[in-house]
Amino acid sequence: MPEKPKSSFWKRKSLVGYLFAAPWIIGLVCFIIGPIFASFFLSFTTYDGINPPKLIGFMNYKILFTLDPSFLKALGNTFYYMVGSVFLKVLLGLIFAVLLNNAGKFMGVFRTIFFLPVVLPAIPVMFLWMMLFNPSSGLINQFLGVFGINGPLWLNSPIWSKPALILMSLWGIGGIIVIFLAGLQGIPTELYEAAELDGANKIQLFWKITVPMLRPVIFFNVVTGLIGASQVFAEAYVMTGGGPLESTTFVNLMIYKLAFKDVQMGYASAISVVMFMILVPLTILLFRIYRKQAEF
Amino acid sequence: MRSQKRMKLIREIILYTVLTLFSIIFLIPLFWMISTSLKQEAQVMVVPIQWFPKPPQWRNYIDAVKAFPFFRYFWNTSFLAILNVVGTLFSASLVAYSFSKLRWKGRNQLFYITIATMFIPSQVLIIPTYLLFSKLGWVNTYLPLVVPAFCGGGAFNIFLLRQFFVSIPDELLEAARIDGASEFRIYSQIMLPLSKPVLFTVSIFTLLFSWNDFFWTITLLARSRKMDSCSWAKKFSTTVYYHVELIDGCIDTYCSSFNNNVFCISKEHNERFRFKWEW
Repeated sequence: MPEKPKSSFWKRKSLVGYLFAAPWIIGLVCFIIGPIFASFFLSFTTYDGINPPKLIGFMNYKILFTLDPSFLKALGNTFYYMVGSVFLKVLLGLIFAVLLNNAGKFMGVFRTIFFLPVVLPAIPVMFLWMMLFNPSSGLINQFLGVFGINGPLWLNSPIWSKPALILMSLWGIGGIIVIFLAGLQGIPTELYEAAELDGANKIQLFWKITVPMLRPVIFFNVVTGLIGASQVFAEAYVMTGGGPLESTTFVNLMIYKLAFKDVQMGYASAISVVMFMILVPLTILLFRIYRKQAEF
Repeated sequence: MRSQKRMKLIREIILYTVLTLFSIIFLIPLFWMISTSLKQEAQVMVVPIQWFPKPPQWRNYIDAVKAFPFFRYFWNTSFLAILNVVGTLFSASLVAYSFSKLRWKGRNQLFYITIATMFIPSQVLIIPTYLLFSKLGWVNTYLPLVVPAFCGGGAFNIFLLRQFFVSIPDELLEAARIDGASEFRIYSQIMLPLSKPVLFTVSIFTLLFSWNDFFWTITLLARSRKMDSCSWAKKFSTTVYYHVELIDGCIDTYCSSFNNNVFCISKEHNERFRFKWEW
């Protein structure tokens, strides 16, 4: 007798749960899972957006890896940017976070200053840096000129264009600093006190306590940073258009140009699938971090 | 004892010197932007730099705002950002409530899938998503930039909210349930008021993301006039016009804070963009 109402009660509860989650179930299927499968499908076709897609097997992939040097170049550019910007951002972010974690006057002011560029709108920041990088009148080369250094051509040079974009990305280091600061505050002060009693100096404290204790946070910043940097697009689109000499043609820009300018949507999908596969290990790592965090 | 104090003093001096130095480096580009926005054209390229232009050209701001419908564009961008924040706050919190406080079959599995999709790179989504919106006839309308926000608002926001909701004790909700409150009522009158801090965080993230988003905006709004013109663009011609303005507007707005000279550069850029859009 009591079983029946109970089961219908739980059925109703279940229904309410689905109802609350419904927006996301729809969004997940329509805007994430569906498109992923569609990308895989399209990558085996040739498709111009108007005529129905035609299956051509692994042709796109074959062309990609054997006949199209511009893809490998874009891939190389993207890796260059990913590694350069993430390495410097995490390293400097950690150093600044440790400095800013000191108790003292004005620390709040310094933190605000370092965080400020993060909240500036992205596109005007790019225009600003275009002017700062101007080889003759730009602030950076004028500053180098003071020391008698003949500054490079920055965005106009195939060698310096990527370092220039990496340098610009360092201006947005505030986000990483904030995450590190949160991590630093989670390290028990007793560890430092005990080590200091044993006569450890500041540098030893940094390498023997701070870095090991922060390892998960460093790891998190590196992985999210790499995935974020792999999607670099607006910088190249706005500041360089992919040049000079394709030195800033990143994978996303290439996909955009191929899919929406040359309407080779099948081929562009193949590139996006390759990039996705390259990033899968990173995504799995992040998944593990987040799942751990979710199960407390 | 004394030497220890001296050591501490030296350390503090070094600390503050380093921080001040880098703060200046971080602030210089901003200061330079403001200073340049007040210069006459001829002063911009002058070497060495004039940090305090004389006389300051406040007119630049008036000219920049007048040179194109600045406020219209500003409104376009704000409108999208506001709708994104509203949609995300509403739908992400509903879903997070379901993930944290309601029990249903497959809940945990779906939550793991959600986490797994959190960092799917946009490259793999953009083409099919564009095609989907194109089939729906939504390209070059506001819809593709607004509707996804109402469909859960993204995995990361759901995760953030869910983590916060989990920390709210179940006893509070049980009490309301015994009093006969519906789940929606519990969600809206107990959960949301208790979650103001995290809702604020989500709003800021969404606002920044929406305001800065370029990849999706430029793909879903600014192009495709040709591809879709045959079928439905005529019907939407006014919308299309406003969207092209929107993108123009972003770029112009950004530059207007600099000055006339830069404004010319931005116009050049606009020409480039326009050219790209027309293919």
